Amino acid sequence: MASFFNKGFGRKRESLSSDRIPPGQYETYDFPVLTAGPTPRIPLTTWSFALEGLVEAPIQWSWEQFNALPKQSFTTDIHCVTKWSKLDTHWEGVSIETLLEHVDLKPEVRYVMAYSYGDYTTNIPLDDLRLGKAFIGINFEGKPLAPEHGGPARLVVPHLYFWKSAKWIKGLRFMESDKPGFWERGGYSMYGDPWKEQRYRTDD
Amino acid sequence: MEKFQWQIAQVKAITQETPRVKTFTLQLPQWIAHVAGQHYDLRLTAEDGYQAERSYSIASPPEQTGEIDLTVELIDEGEVSSYLHEGIAVGDPLEVRGPIGGYFVWKDNMANTPLLLIAGGSGVVPLMAMLRHRARIGATNPTILLFSVRTAEETIYGQELRQLADEATGFTLLLTYTRQVPQAWTGYQRRIDRAMLTEVLNQFTDKPNCFVCGPTQLVEQVANTLVDLDLPTDTIRTERFGPTGA
Repeated sequence: MASFFNKGFGRKRESLSSDRIPPGQYETYDFPVLTAGPTPRIPLTTWSFALEGLVEAPIQWSWEQFNALPKQSFTTDIHCVTKWSKLDTHWEGVSIETLLEHVDLKPEVRYVMAYSYGDYTTNIPLDDLRLGKAFIGINFEGKPLAPEHGGPARLVVPHLYFWKSAKWIKGLRFMESDKPGFWERGGYSMYGDPWKEQRYRTDD
Repeated sequence: MEKFQWQIAQVKAITQETPRVKTFTLQLPQWIAHVAGQHYDLRLTAEDGYQAERSYSIASPPEQTGEIDLTVELIDEGEVSSYLHEGIAVGDPLEVRGPIGGYFVWKDNMANTPLLLIAGGSGVVPLMAMLRHRARIGATNPTILLFSVRTAEETIYGQELRQLADEATGFTLLLTYTRQVPQAWTGYQRRIDRAMLTEVLNQFTDKPNCFVCGPTQLVEQVANTLVDLDLPTDTIRTERFGPTGA
């Protein structure tokens, strides 16, 4: 029994998947949009994606080149820090592990700054992007990813709160030490584990 | 860094704003001055330990010390909003933490720059905190609220907004009714569109800071149009607000 509780309050919807919903989250069936500013418009002709920072030789792909990389399908649950979770989302994209086959990381790399069109940034430990844990999503539910959801391409790191899954991704910068990105500078968690409810920096 | 600690607030007053919107005035044991635009997290706990959390924008200005106003729209099937609307009375305890958020905020160093606030429905809540704070500090910067509402009955803070428009220096209220237009209304009566935004922007001599809050579709369309109309993207701050099963 909870030490503090709200009289008469109880679970309204019994979810069959409640063991997949992290604490403080609720399941949603639509796909909310959360952005700090206007949606950037990125023509595919000028789109590019880069791996840079602490690598032996940086690399950059055009849209055409990127689409020629081997793609995979991913089915995953996503959890937004604004409390909604969406289960079994279907994506197609390129695994970060696949991208890393094209560069030699310097041995001191531990962290990554993902950066986007529109100057959004977010920081993630390198290990959280490896071994198929993260990918660059370009199709969502069988269709090209819509601009308001981060299209043409967004980083997807499903096991962390969704603000780590940078929309309108432009590149990954490899770093030795951790640095805060856009929301992290504003007091949000450096790591963002939904199962530990690391919403804010003081939850870390 | 301020620590966001859960605290147990007491409901001091409940105000019915519209048929589906109530404002809860919460007295806080550990009140911290907020910046207009910030929110609090609110957590409900059932006797068996089940918890549900939501974020609600603060409607009151930081000048209203020791307490906060949270304005909550009743969402169909919303387990938190329905409990707040139906299960909470004056005197009840509620667990909250905040203030939270550092981007969708109107800071005092913006007080000399023109300000364009655009809201759909309950998206007006964080913008109301900005307008209330602006009036309290006596700012005179040209300010417009373009507020899209379905009907007169559903206009949150309608009376107070009209009063502010009469009394606050430099503030203009522009309502647009999208579903039912009041009798003798001569103002806007359609969804916010490019022509309307062009007219509104023409009322400013300098480019304003913009805050847009409402349902996704409204926010997307308005923000994109403002960019088309040559406003720099870093002067447009957006926040989605509204029904997501909340």
